[in-house]
Amino acid sequence: MNTRELEIEVLRYDPEQDSEPHFQSYRVECHEDWAILDALNFIKEELDTTLAYRWSCHMMVCGSCGMMVNGEPVLTCKTFVRDLPDRVRIEPLENFPIERDLVVVLDDVMEKFQRAKPYIVRKDPPPEGKEYVQSRSALYKFKQYTMCVNCMCCYAACPQYALDKDFIGPAVLALAHRYNIDSRDQGKSERLDILADHDGVWNCSFVGACSEVCPKSVDPAAALQQMKLDGAKEFWLQKLPGGKS
Amino acid sequence: MSRKPYERPVSKTTWYMRNGRYRKYMLREVTCLLVGFYSFFAICALAILAEGSPEAWTSFLESQQNGFWITFHALALVYYLVYMTFDWFKLAPKAMPLQLGEQKLADGYIIVAHYVAWIVVTAIIFWLAKVF
Repeated sequence: MNTRELEIEVLRYDPEQDSEPHFQSYRVECHEDWAILDALNFIKEELDTTLAYRWSCHMMVCGSCGMMVNGEPVLTCKTFVRDLPDRVRIEPLENFPIERDLVVVLDDVMEKFQRAKPYIVRKDPPPEGKEYVQSRSALYKFKQYTMCVNCMCCYAACPQYALDKDFIGPAVLALAHRYNIDSRDQGKSERLDILADHDGVWNCSFVGACSEVCPKSVDPAAALQQMKLDGAKEFWLQKLPGGKS
Repeated sequence: MSRKPYERPVSKTTWYMRNGRYRKYMLREVTCLLVGFYSFFAICALAILAEGSPEAWTSFLESQQNGFWITFHALALVYYLVYMTFDWFKLAPKAMPLQLGEQKLADGYIIVAHYVAWIVVTAIIFWLAKVF
């Protein structure tokens, strides 16, 4: 098995001792088929047990190993040593406060997820004793948005969220859109506050970085633009004589 | 153990220098200056036209027919096409995806439809302006 020595610089921050983060360098003999998460696990197991970072599944499902690798927000289980130069810099996801080392504080987006009501809201009672019927074409309208693993790489890439933490942000708005266009859902009006508010879709200036970095090929930027069109359409429909309010 | 999360500072004035993706976005957004300039330019031209003096209008047209202004307008057109028209048409399928049955219509069709609409509208304007 081919190996290559990588110099891995990791941003370290110990809230009990440090006033600000600093880089610590490790030299790691990496197998070419390792993901950068394997290199972090090697550091943790063999070189420095104090290193803190999140991970769980190692297969792009749990979404917990999102970090900045050479300035790009990525899932470290999906970023391979063979694609990286000899010097690699690993930092916690941008735009989030650092809890410790590579672990970030996600309280803000967790609260925003709740506001999006990311579940099917019904006004009519659900069908009794049987499941909802949904055609495949209705499913395909929103299916890509269900692939999100909440890794928050899109928030780390979003300059709007960097500058304004009130912005609801890409993953949460894409999830709201996912339920809005689900044929089983009737809760669109209840999600209006995050859809139509200034901190909602209208705060997005369509940089598009969220979609470019998404490790699951979800397109939150598209969801946000569709919500803007939808919002504008609703606004003008209400202005028409006899328009619904 | 008490928590002491560390907030990394973000520069409000130089954030777009962080990566190439942001710089490209800013190049697109800078086209607003050209939009502003041409709005002003069009208002000035209309004001001269409204004077009703053919001499003033001819002299305005002649003032534009020198190397500096021709180069400026040509560069502005290229910049606008590259960073606004092409960019926005490329992004159009994101905002208005079309699904036919279970299949999503390929982005290319939506982009080409925009170019066709653009050419048709331009041709109508040129026809109304008696360019041809």
